Amino acid sequence: MTFSYGAERAVDHVSFAIGAGEFAALVGPNGSGKSTLLRLLLGLLRPDAGTVRCLGSDPRHLPERGRVGYVPQRHALAPDLPATVEEVVSTGRLARRGWWRRARAADRAAVDHALDSVALAHLRRRPVRELSGGQQQRVLIAKAFASEPELLVLDEPIAGVDVESQQLFRDSLVHLVREHAAAVLLVSHELGAVADDLDRIIVMKRRIVFDGPPADLTATGVSLGVHRDDLPLWLEGLG
Amino acid sequence: MSVLAVLDLPWPFERDYMQLALWAGLIVGACAPLIGVFLVQKRMSLMGDGIGHMAFAGVAAGLLLEIWPLWSALVVAVLGALAIEWLRTRGRATGDLALALFFYGGIALGVVLVSRTGGGSVNVLPYLFGSILTVTPADVWVVAALGLVIVLAMALFGRALFAIVIDEESARVGGIPVDATNALLSVLTAVTVVAAMRVVGVLLIAALMVLPVASGRLIARSFRTTVALSVVLGLVSVVAGLVAARQWDLAPGGSIVLTAAVIFALVSLVAGRPQAPQHPAHPHGIPQQTGRTDG
Repeated sequence: MTFSYGAERAVDHVSFAIGAGEFAALVGPNGSGKSTLLRLLLGLLRPDAGTVRCLGSDPRHLPERGRVGYVPQRHALAPDLPATVEEVVSTGRLARRGWWRRARAADRAAVDHALDSVALAHLRRRPVRELSGGQQQRVLIAKAFASEPELLVLDEPIAGVDVESQQLFRDSLVHLVREHAAAVLLVSHELGAVADDLDRIIVMKRRIVFDGPPADLTATGVSLGVHRDDLPLWLEGLG
Repeated sequence: MSVLAVLDLPWPFERDYMQLALWAGLIVGACAPLIGVFLVQKRMSLMGDGIGHMAFAGVAAGLLLEIWPLWSALVVAVLGALAIEWLRTRGRATGDLALALFFYGGIALGVVLVSRTGGGSVNVLPYLFGSILTVTPADVWVVAALGLVIVLAMALFGRALFAIVIDEESARVGGIPVDATNALLSVLTAVTVVAAMRVVGVLLIAALMVLPVASGRLIARSFRTTVALSVVLGLVSVVAGLVAARQWDLAPGGSIVLTAAVIFALVSLVAGRPQAPQHPAHPHGIPQQTGRTDG
């Protein structure tokens, strides 16, 4: 597919597929079109050319929205939000049960499970504004988990997150992929926490310049740790 | 005598007109924070002001056309609210600019229309500054009907609105009709403005939407309690404001709003907790809907 903002091409003839139970990372320098690609996948943008199929349907008209989970960047959570962890996570369930319906026992159980999976059950009644950055990010992940997604898309979820939270984050994603056979697409500059668990890495610079297993990329001498500053440099050799 | 003014209430609500004022005030005092809690969280605290000025133009149009000003105000306020939302979401104007357009346009249109009416500015004063002590049983029934609309809409759309204030993009991915729900919030804001017009006046309406919520947020630890506390503080502001107005012969609209402001000051002192930093992206007025992101 292809997409442009006015005359500026943001996504250029990109084509790929992610299967069930696959854990993939999408990396690339700033301005490489990663977030635009995510928005296309989620049906928030319409491609200029080409088609997007998400779980077999046009993502803009998904019959069951709860099958897709989305974790935005942490700054999406207002710092002064007067809401508890449980209240925020519960909204993730709306996609599954219908936004107009009241919560039932199954919904409460799914929220409990989501909180357990990110180790936040003990903080469920705590206001999110009192949590650390890492804990807030785990709240957003639990919110996405609550809908029991078959495809989970995460946009820079661990930027600036402490090491403990990164490890919990990694465990949560691995649990979702291995136990629930969900597909996970992770956009991040920092792959260190999940480097050993990835099935595939997609490197993007408006078009895909690498798509394969992590071992093939590391064989070129590239480290999968923190690349916030030097990412453009080590991507120079690709594509 | 109306069924709304037959209770044997103690001073200062023993008189018929005070009981009518009490009912109208309590409905508005409860409903305004219900809407305001979402406006404040969406950084749209001044939305009520903008729509209030449109409602003023509607009042003037009603006086000119000799139809009940409440209805003409409702029509103009709803259309203005939808127009502000359209400008904001389509990116035709930044949030605060869209608000300013209607803020000043509404008051200018109102002034021009008033100049064409026979009664001059005297007829619009009750709508500008409120005249809760002169509300009629018919006014109270209209306010009650509008209040019922607000409560029912919140019962149905409250969960969706909460998901939107947490993160609009995630809500959209989750299948929530974000644009329609935002438009509904704008319409409900217009309905609240019109319901509150006779209570505190169009110039002070936004205060009843914002101040109780600002106080509630300081002490509540969940969204549910924020809503409940805001409603309670809205009701307390109305009752205490009416008592003060009767006791010291003050303008009741101003008394109600000043009471809400005093409550906020007291709660700020008692709570003693610093506010979390505000969103740097849109510190004033209405935030622009997100467009392109990096990456």
